[in-house]
Amino acid sequence: MSNNYLDIIRPGINTTFQDKGRNHLYHIGIPFSGAMDNRNYLIANKLVNNKLDAAVIEFAYQGPYIKYTGEKINFAVTGDVIFTIKKKDTKIEGNCYQSYQIERGDEINIISTNKSVYGYLALGGELDLKFQWNSCSINTKANIGSNDGKKLEAGQRINFKKINSNKDIKKTNYINTKIENIRVMKGTNFDYFSEHGKQIFYEKEFIVSKLSDRMGMRLEGPKIENIVNTNIKSEGLIKGVIQVPADGNPIIMLSDHGTVGGYPKIGAVASVDYDRLVQMAPGSKIKFKEINLSDAETLFKLYEIETQILLSQI
Amino acid sequence: MIKNISNLGDAALYCDFGNEVNKSINSKVIKYFKAIKEKKFEGINNLTPSYNKLIISYDLKKINFKEVKKFVENINIEDSEKTNSKKLEIPVCCHENFSMDIKRLEEILKLSREKILENFLNKEYFCYMTGFIAGMPFLGDLDENMRAQRLETPRVKVPKGSVALTEQFANIYTFESPGGWNILGNTPLKVFDSSKEDKPNLINPGDTVIFKEITLDHYKNFNE
Repeated sequence: MSNNYLDIIRPGINTTFQDKGRNHLYHIGIPFSGAMDNRNYLIANKLVNNKLDAAVIEFAYQGPYIKYTGEKINFAVTGDVIFTIKKKDTKIEGNCYQSYQIERGDEINIISTNKSVYGYLALGGELDLKFQWNSCSINTKANIGSNDGKKLEAGQRINFKKINSNKDIKKTNYINTKIENIRVMKGTNFDYFSEHGKQIFYEKEFIVSKLSDRMGMRLEGPKIENIVNTNIKSEGLIKGVIQVPADGNPIIMLSDHGTVGGYPKIGAVASVDYDRLVQMAPGSKIKFKEINLSDAETLFKLYEIETQILLSQI
Repeated sequence: MIKNISNLGDAALYCDFGNEVNKSINSKVIKYFKAIKEKKFEGINNLTPSYNKLIISYDLKKINFKEVKKFVENINIEDSEKTNSKKLEIPVCCHENFSMDIKRLEEILKLSREKILENFLNKEYFCYMTGFIAGMPFLGDLDENMRAQRLETPRVKVPKGSVALTEQFANIYTFESPGGWNILGNTPLKVFDSSKEDKPNLINPGDTVIFKEITLDHYKNFNE
């Protein structure tokens, strides 16, 4: 029995354990999974002196309400998140991007994400979780990963394997920038769409639909007309690919996407914009802007350098 | 043998082997897939073979399109190379509890239930690929007179184990999932097992599958 544990009083809407994800499994039908917003995942771990690839609690919209039992431990929340910390009789509003120390009996209430989707709760220690294919990331569609591949539930107890001895409190001033223009490269079926359809894709606004989840982001807006075939022979997908089914509404593949698909691909989101894309909440406006491969590669390099600098300053 | 290599986004190679769906093209895809997998090229994250395409996704932090393309272009595939594929028998129960779309198939194919089963069972099907959901095999080819389109409105929930048909292909739903294929029966066999990390898939690309009919009693008392 562990002396350090979390009790889930309220799980939140879509709360899972996530880490860096799993690789080399697309050919058997298992997607990458892992934290949706990679930068915020890494920052969360750094703020509590964890290894960067440690497991965190990812939540969407409403987060969990947790009671902690055990010796002193640090925690931090990243994203754009409203949360409170209850210590004995006092309740304080928490700030993202700084670590706090909690001890036996303290409670963390993650109320909601603010005009965004995902937030991260990192705890300074190692949670006792099952690994499958070197990752504890939960894939609820195939019930793979820790927690039997299921979302967190009320009444659950999560044990720690160990608590970090480094309990330095850390803080950083990070601001999540929002973007409306998502940069995309032409997809392999770009020519399946009419000139008018292509024009709509690059020039019109789309709205993020409520039907979006970790598998995919559905968009609504003007229909994109297909003039060749609305089905292709099923072939591999990667995250960021934009498929357009017969109804003309684009779907962007996200981290838990099906590994193959049979809808024409009009485009693929540049990796540099992925973290910000997944944070676009239902109702957000989105516009696609064309970018070429070499610019996409350069911009991602810069984004990655920026991430490394951010982490080194914590 | 690869007709064209292009980029799919900034973190994947799209290897195009042609547009036809047949065993010969698919075998080439699988050979490339196996050869690349064996080389364990640093930075390659995932390989997705399908009927006639191979998608290679990589870690853009470590490598880029040009480097992966060069690596793939320098791979030599021996035409005579043997693939170690298996032959598998899959028990399937086609009792009315399971064959949800048999009436629809009878109408579309203009064949009786008996004839449909006779055409489908005891024949060898080739596994072109696995995926969409974990472990789902895409098998082919069905006889010309067995080819039906997908349902106009896909089911929200297809039961786990369903054996289903569309166009020239058959598949097995390894999980309860949404889906629009015509359901003919159900297998009690565990086709995907995540507790076997080395070999979670029973059926792999290149394997041959034969469906054998079992009774409802046998289905209920099935032991693997």
